[in-house]
Amino acid sequence: MVTTTTTVPSAGPIMGSRSFLSKLRDGDEIARLVTFIFAGSVVLITLLLVFELWRESYLPRHKFGFGFFVTSVWDPIFDKFGALPFIYGTVVTAAVALLIAVPLGIGAAIFLAELAPARVSDTLQFFIDLLAAVPSVIYGLLGVFIVIPMMRQYIQPALKNSLGFLPFFQGPAYGVGFLTAGMVLAIMVIPYIISVSREVLISVPRDQREAALALQREAALALGATRWESTWKVVLPFARTGIMGSIFLALARALGETMAVTMVIGNTPTISASLFSPGYSIAAVIANEFTEATGDLYLQSLIELGLVLFLLTFLLNGMARLLIVVTSQRGSGMGQA
Amino acid sequence: MSRRLRWRKFVSHFMLTMTGLCALVATAVLFFILGYLVYHGGTSISWNFFTKLPAPVGETGGGMANAIVGSAKLLLLACLLGVPIGFFGAIYLAEFSGGTIAFVVRYAADLLNGVPSIVIGIFAYSLVVLPFKHFSTLAGGFALGLMMIPITLRSTEEFLRAVPRALREGAMALGASQWKTIASVVVPAAYRGILTAILLAFARVAGETAPLLFTAFGNRFWSPGWDQPTASLPVMIFTYAIAPYSLPVMIFTYAIAPYDDWHRQAWAAGLVLLGLILIINIIARVILSRGVAVPRT
Repeated sequence: MVTTTTTVPSAGPIMGSRSFLSKLRDGDEIARLVTFIFAGSVVLITLLLVFELWRESYLPRHKFGFGFFVTSVWDPIFDKFGALPFIYGTVVTAAVALLIAVPLGIGAAIFLAELAPARVSDTLQFFIDLLAAVPSVIYGLLGVFIVIPMMRQYIQPALKNSLGFLPFFQGPAYGVGFLTAGMVLAIMVIPYIISVSREVLISVPRDQREAALALQREAALALGATRWESTWKVVLPFARTGIMGSIFLALARALGETMAVTMVIGNTPTISASLFSPGYSIAAVIANEFTEATGDLYLQSLIELGLVLFLLTFLLNGMARLLIVVTSQRGSGMGQA
Repeated sequence: MSRRLRWRKFVSHFMLTMTGLCALVATAVLFFILGYLVYHGGTSISWNFFTKLPAPVGETGGGMANAIVGSAKLLLLACLLGVPIGFFGAIYLAEFSGGTIAFVVRYAADLLNGVPSIVIGIFAYSLVVLPFKHFSTLAGGFALGLMMIPITLRSTEEFLRAVPRALREGAMALGASQWKTIASVVVPAAYRGILTAILLAFARVAGETAPLLFTAFGNRFWSPGWDQPTASLPVMIFTYAIAPYSLPVMIFTYAIAPYDDWHRQAWAAGLVLLGLILIINIIARVILSRGVAVPRT
């Protein structure tokens, strides 16, 4: 790394100078120690977080075991806690979100990386970055007052009329529910997909180590491929793993997202094929019931849900990082993520 | 042949136009959000909003002065926790260590960065709220500070690393010790980047709601000191937006009119919060772009 303090060639016995130097080296040691304590505390905090989640979810883990994840009765009065409806709601809303966000996000990333002139691309990326900074409670606010009425009055009736034969689009249009939550989530994760995919797309052909790739891309154009064909058949395949990484990252965000989902999902533990149905998600139930949880088992069941959420996002983020690093080969792509 | 070529060209133009539309839709969302907030929030914002306490439940009027002060206190605490750990930790990563320890610290930071904010809330609850036995500003600030650490740490490290090696070597060649080099050469050279990192981390946690729900909780009055539950802007937006569902069933039967007032205040608070966050974001990016050329991270 940084060059270590080299030993000064002894140009004679200069006592004062030597002790001065060793004092400086002591300063270095102190600085190293102090900064190490701060850096180490990050590791400590993270370990403590895992430990606390594990320790504080002891009761339900021992009482329900694996049954916690596959039963669907959530009844604080009779101390029965099954998390299935929440897991279902989390998975369904995240799936809806990705179905919408992935094509849109990748499409936009292709435009920004391949087509748009640098200035346009940078300007749009600036807006995308700002969009990523919008807090989730603001998305929830717009969800409650704009998206829910719009869903109830226009989108859900329209879907019912056109695709009502599918089990996904049946039942009364409440406005709240899986579909609404999924749509709001989609809007929230699109910036992440765009930013990371764009970085990956830009990095692939320009990386010097992969100059051959760039040649291949030029070659595809020279051979008479249309611009889209060269993008679709040459550029995208090389960026595939990185784009997968961006999707995993978005999925992790979607699973852990709390406020916006809580405000539009309807907060009713339901397992239903219909996306119009109100539902519940893991993060939403924690947000709503944590302060009201009476009794240790109730509270600890909610904490176990937090543990589940933690493990899910941990796995997804890990995979995302791996995929992105593999593609961009620089590891700097993660700095943004 | 020529028909096929025309078809391929058509597909190409069509798909490329679609990608352009995708980009347009994605960026348009930002302006929709801004537009709605300015439209609904702008008409609801007033002097009272900044200076008055919330009106008693069921009455109209009042403001969010306590939530604004509460948010400021929470964010101050968050900075006190997040900035030193992030900053000095980054110095350790960029200047003092290579190898295994750095890998572990980075890994832990990335892990912490990925933890859903609601889980951070649970952690702060079990670490601060449970021992003190009540919700407090302290617990909320702790939760937000935890979220600031990894963002500050990782971006500060990137910016420290971007400082040219030659600068360090120059300082050392003049006889400066390592910490002297860091303090008087490396950090000043990277200060714009570091400031940006801190501002972005600040903007990120300023809008966080989930970790405050059961740490800072909420309060309809002033929260003196640091060990009382406190109101905050994000939580107020949440509570007001979903009213009347956010209230105990008892009060459910009140007339609907006061809730309209709450909804207006939620919009106003949303406008204030988003305005603050976007302005900090823009400032951070301007600071960065005016600075010495730093490699894109």
